[in-house]
Formats: sequence, structure tokens, C-alpha cells
Amino acid sequence: MPHSAPSPDRYDIAIIGAGVVGCALARSFAMAGARVVVLEKAHDILDGASKGNSAILHTGFDAPTGSLEAACVAAGHAEYLEIRERLGLPLLTSGALVIAWSDEEEAALPGLMEQARSNGVTDIEYLDGPALREAEPGLGAEARAAFRVPREYLIDPWSAPLAYLTQAIAHGADVRRRCEVTGGAFNGTDWTLKTSQGPVRTSSVINAAGLYGDRIDDLLLGRTDFTIKPRKGQFIVYDKPAFDLARHILLPVPTKVTKGIVVCRTIWGNLLVGPTAEEQNSRTDAGLHQPTLEALKARGQEILPALAHHKVTALYAGLRPATEEKHYRISKHPENMITVGGIRSTGLSAALGIAQHVRKLWEDERAPDWIAPEPVWPSVPNIAETAPRDWQSPGHGGVLCHCEMVTEREIRAALNGPLPAQSLAGLKRRTRVTMGRCQGYYCAGALARLTKGKLSQPMTADD
Amino acid sequence: MTDLPAEIDVVIVGAGPAGLAAATVIAQGGGCRVVVLDREGQAGGVPRHCSHSPYGLREFRRLMTGPSYAKTLVEKAKSAGVVIHTGVNVTRLLPGPTIEVTSDAGPATIRARAVLLATGARETTRAERLIGGTKPQGVLSTGALQLLLETGQKPFHRPVILGTELVAFSALLSCRLAGIKPVAMIEPSDTVTARWPTGLFPRLQGTPLLKNTQISQIDGQAHVTGVQLSTGRTLQTDGLIVSGRFQPDAPLLARSPIRADPDTGGPEIDQFGRCSEAGYFAAGNLLRAVETAGWSWSEGRAIGAAIHAYLNDGLPADPGQRIRRSGPISALVPQRIAPGPALGLSSLQLRVGTALTGRLSLLSDGSVIAGKTLRSRPERRILLPLPQAGTGPEVRLEPRGSR
Repeated sequence: MPHSAPSPDRYDIAIIGAGVVGCALARSFAMAGARVVVLEKAHDILDGASKGNSAILHTGFDAPTGSLEAACVAAGHAEYLEIRERLGLPLLTSGALVIAWSDEEEAALPGLMEQARSNGVTDIEYLDGPALREAEPGLGAEARAAFRVPREYLIDPWSAPLAYLTQAIAHGADVRRRCEVTGGAFNGTDWTLKTSQGPVRTSSVINAAGLYGDRIDDLLLGRTDFTIKPRKGQFIVYDKPAFDLARHILLPVPTKVTKGIVVCRTIWGNLLVGPTAEEQNSRTDAGLHQPTLEALKARGQEILPALAHHKVTALYAGLRPATEEKHYRISKHPENMITVGGIRSTGLSAALGIAQHVRKLWEDERAPDWIAPEPVWPSVPNIAETAPRDWQSPGHGGVLCHCEMVTEREIRAALNGPLPAQSLAGLKRRTRVTMGRCQGYYCAGALARLTKGKLSQPMTADD
Repeated sequence: MTDLPAEIDVVIVGAGPAGLAAATVIAQGGGCRVVVLDREGQAGGVPRHCSHSPYGLREFRRLMTGPSYAKTLVEKAKSAGVVIHTGVNVTRLLPGPTIEVTSDAGPATIRARAVLLATGARETTRAERLIGGTKPQGVLSTGALQLLLETGQKPFHRPVILGTELVAFSALLSCRLAGIKPVAMIEPSDTVTARWPTGLFPRLQGTPLLKNTQISQIDGQAHVTGVQLSTGRTLQTDGLIVSGRFQPDAPLLARSPIRADPDTGGPEIDQFGRCSEAGYFAAGNLLRAVETAGWSWSEGRAIGAAIHAYLNDGLPADPGQRIRRSGPISALVPQRIAPGPALGLSSLQLRVGTALTGRLSLLSDGSVIAGKTLRSRPERRILLPLPQAGTGPEVRLEPRGSR
């Protein structure tokens, strides 16, 4: 197995950060034949900006026309569709509606439709009031008109990057978790990165550190051309019966700052409402705020009045690594380093496209002498409701998490393999265990028993 | 373990006090094959995890701990001829009644003459209460806490307990027995919700009770480090037990033919425990959340007797009348009264949503047949006699100002 081979003395590419962008980059370079190492300071991958988003695969219809972001989102969307079946990744082909709720918003629709067409998203369709009601009978009475974006889809925000990184590992990439980069020196040819697990030698460095992108630039280059201004987004997840309340992704008319509050289904059979957009200085505080959540709940009920009769399953908040400017901050430095910064809110959609772009940036500089291995396609376990689940086949060892129907076999698989879960959060993202309506009321005991001694961040105070 | 049957007389979903009591009564009545399914690895339900007294007084006239009580219920059922299958999840309820299940053996379908739903209740989570702050480890329901303690795992050493229902005192006792010292109990209202458990009072010494207090924020990254209170105070703590506000564990109803009662969240039933779909019955905390194990047990016996009659002599198909109601009543069980023999539930159970005083009346054909002055609080049981079928029953609550 390639991933059990001894670490090389010197890597071609060191990627700092195992968020969705880092995972897609690792996949792209490893499949091209580069010797790749991913350095992640958290206990597990996807622990920063990538842990909380709305799980939409965007078309880029509303991205600034002609921008790098628009190009990366379009390319990322296309590549996801191309590779997802081979990696076992799900897709909920919901489509989206951009809905006007006031006269001003209704007046803004034609401009937005024009922008979508300019961005190459030409399969859009205007819906007047009656057509909108027919498309989404559950909408609140204030909904005026909308346009449909058929190729806005829903995906699994954690299985996708996990699959990218698993494929990278299958092509020889190394992944080091709990490995914080604390410094580094470039000698004109190579980097020696100082990390919490000792020095790492590499030819090139890619900074995909998300919320710490500016700090890593500063640490390694002594300069940075942007500052991260974290933007928090809080979400409310409703229990599975609410899944039936909406078919499309219900988008508002976006403002300059944010895509606004979205109501959409999830690939796991829930319905979510969010995010807020709150600027803050902290890069770690993903705290929830009760009055904000109450307001979010009220807004959700204006969009879909029937939500008033549905139960909340979970709450979460994500931090988007925004900068002082709206556009992506991808730049190449003379010190064999590329910074991939400011990937605010379209990272999940754009990640594969960003990886294509960064590969090209890197190869423009020099023709690599890598030999691309025969591609392999490791499949990740399916935890989406769009395909048969593990509990539907024999030998699953029993259902451990009854709300999300997670089996013992799924937990054991997630605790083993090439990239085992190392924290409860990581295990939840891989399996959805404890993420359902009871939030661990029934399964906490069995889960603690099953994971004992397996997680670097244990569940109980005694470990 | 024997294989699951493809066809059977009675399937009982949930091996807690209500389900086991009903199974035992039906099997003892004779002439029926009864299986009980439970998704947990062991039968017995919630009492299995409550390592303290008092259990069993009503049922066995003995003072027992939760686990020994659960064991007794299981033994009684087995000796009556009931077959119990654990590790089986019911995944869907279909007309018939037919149910879909999964276990380690894979998915299966069971056709029955009667199905009793006794899936119990669970506590309302931090998420449903929209409590703010971070999401560290160490925020648990009482149920999760007791599951962890049962296997000797301590999630924290000095937690805060939110809530003062009976279950909060159960959490407190479980903590004490495990050597965990709660630093405070928090109650949003001005009084303790549980009828004061005087016998437990001394044990509360050392854990201050903070009334008129809410939790505004949870602090901590990996683990809980503190909770901020609505009073402005911050408590240093390494855990939070979010206790009580039980609700029926009824997700199976969502995509089933069975009508749910929007007030209780459980199935709508008549006094026989019959649901809106033929052949389905319900009993225990699924009906209204939450009562004691002893209450659920006697409810299981009563509805079990009705199921036995249904299978042997039949019950009238007439679904009867909905009980009308007026005033601030938050829930009513049963919701319907049907004609038939004197079996099943023997009283009406009511709940109120806020603490209040008032006059509670039961009307039959427009005239008052029973009444009482009410002083009640949320989560407390209020009883009225069961009205006769076909008399246009109505429950009326006239508040005299809330206190």
C-alpha cells in the first residue's frame, strides 16, 4: 500500500491545512505524481472553515462575472459531477430558486438572471407568482417571483473532501494531523518547515490554511497581502420530517456581503436554515447566540410557514475565512510557495476547480518531472439518504445511533482505514453518529465504549 | 436468539416498562404469540440506567433500584411466554399492520394482528432549546449521562444540572453515586418543577439551587469550561446536564399512516390505546412524556388487556368522538373516547403549559359531571375520570390568573 511506505526525505509539495481546499489540492498533486504531505494542526481534517457550511454545490451563477472565483466554481462543479460516482459521493439534484420577497428584490431579478447568463449559467428560468407556488407550494405568502437555477445541487460537505484526501493517500500522499507549522526557512531550492512533529523538507509549499492563511504567509514569508476577517454563519438543522417541506434550495436575493439566509434540504434527509453573516475578529469562536438563533428560526418560518410545527435537531456555526476584499486571494510567491487564501463561502463548490487552477499555476513555472501513477478510485462509505445505507445490508453489527441509523460496522470502519477518525467531531463527520434528534441521549454510552482508546481527543474525562 | 417471525399475533415495539407489562398481560391471557422488539442490546428500557431507588413499589410492593426492576420486568415477561428480540430497529410502520425492521441479520418485514408502540420518551436537547455558546464535549442529557455511568465512564467531574423535574434529581443522585459533584442546579422559573422529593432533599445539600435563572451561553472549546447565566454570573464547570422536558420519541410516526397528536407529539389514541390506523396501539411515555416507570407499567397492563380483548373478542370498530376542550390545556390523553367494554385507560390525563390556578371541569352533553380546583405546573400529571362514549365529552379549564 502506498500510504504505508516510509516518508520520503523530501516532499515535492507540502500543503498546509486539511480543509476542503487542502484535500482537493492534495488529490490533484498526488494524482499528478507529486510526493505530497498534508500538514493539519487539528486532531482531524475539516476542523476549521470546512466544518460548517450549507453543503450546496453552486454553479457560480451569482459570482462576480469574469472572476477567478466564477471560473473555479464552474470548474469545481463540473469536476465533482464527473468524479463523484467513482468516489461513491452523493448528489441531490434539487435545483435552486432565487426568490424575491419584496418589490425591490423582484426588480433585482432580471439583473441577477443576466449575471447568471454572463457566468455561463444559461439554463435558468423565470417563475412568476403562480409558477413559483406550483414549484414550491409551502412558501410563505410574501414570496413574489423567482428564477430557477436547475444545476444548484446538494452534496455531502464532509464525505467529499474525505474522498479527495483518501484518493490522495491512495496515490502516496502523507497526511499528518496534530501537526502545526510553527516556522520555516527557504534555502533557494527547498523549504524546511518547522512543525510540532519535527522538520519537514519540501520543494514547494501551498498555504491552504483557511482561517490562518494570513498568519502562515506571515510566518513563512514575513509578509502577507491580505488579512483574514472571519465571518460567522449560524445554522439551524430541522429533523427529518421537515425534509419534505421544500424541493429546491431556497435562496434569497443576495446582497453585496452575503448570499443571505438559505433554506434547503440536506443529503442526510434534514432541512437547514442559515447562515447568518457576522463579522468578528476571533478565528476560533464559532459560538452560537440564542437571540440570533431565535431570529433565524423566525426567518425560516416566514420562508416556510410549516416549519413552525417541526423540531430542531441541531445547531452549528461555521467561520468563513473572508478577507478585506471579496475575491479569492490566490498568489504565487518567488519562494516556491503558493497561497490559496480568502476562499470565503464557495470553497466546497470551488475546491476541485481551485486545485486545477493551482496545479496550472505551479506547472506554468516549471515542467514537473513527476510520473503520474495509474489512477485509483477508492470509494468512501455512503452516509447519504440518496443511496442505500449500511443498515440496509446484513452483518452491520446492529444500529448504534438510532436517530441517524449509524451502524456499529460503520463506526468501526471510520475508526480504521487509511484516515481513521481521531476526534469525536471527526467521527461524527464521517458517520453522523450522535448528530440526530436525540444528540446522544441513546447512543453516548455505547459510542464511548466503542471509541475507548481510539481517539486522540477522548469522549470521557477519565481517559 | 431465535429468528424474527415473518408473521405473529402481537409485536410490541419497545422493551421498557409499558411494553413489557403489556406483553406479559397479553401472553398471560393466552392464545397469542407475542414478541417484543427493542433496538438496544438489552431489554428493560430506561430504568436499566437508573442505578438508584425508588422503583417497583406500585408493581412489586418492593423497593428496588432501576436495573433490578428492569430485570424483574424482563423475567416476568419471559416466564409468561413472551419472546424478546434485542438489537432490532423498527424502520417503518405500514398498514396491515406490517412493520419493517433491521438487525444484524439485515432488513426484514413482520406482519402482525396487532402492533403496540411503546417507544418511550427522550429529553429535549440543548439544540432544541437554542442554548447559545460553543459546542464542546460534556453537554449531555440525563439519559446519555446514565448510559455513560452505567459502563463506568465519567464524562465530567463538576457539572451544572439544568432543570428541576424529577429526572434532574435522578441525574443528581446518579452523579453522587458515581462520585461526581454537581456545582449547581439551574431552574428558569421561580419554583422547582418536581413535587418536592423531600426524601431526597438532604442529598441536595451541597448543590445550590439557582431559581429564575437561565443558561445564556456555554463556554469551552474541546470541553466545557463554564456556563454563563442570565443573571450575569459565570459558573466554572466541566459539564452541563440538560435535563427533562421529555417528549415522545415518535419519529416513526412521521412517514406512517398513524395520525400524530400535535399537542403531545405522540400518536392520537382512544381509551383502548388504539391509534388511527387499524391494528396499531400505543402505551407509555410515547403518549405524552413523561411519567414514572410505575405509571407506564400500569398503562401497559391496561392497554395490554384491551389488545387481548381486541384479538379474542374484537373491539367495536367505531372510532368514537374526540374529546373537546377549552382553556389553557396543553395536552390531553386519550384524545378520543370510543364505545366498548370497560377496558384500557381508566382516567383522562391532562397537562398545562404554564403554572396556573383554575377550575377544571369535565362536561358530558353540556353538563358538568366532574370538577376540581387546579393548582398545577408544567410537566405534572392532572387526572379526571374517563367520560362515557357518545356523550359529547368536553374538558374545560378556566384559569384564575396565573401565578
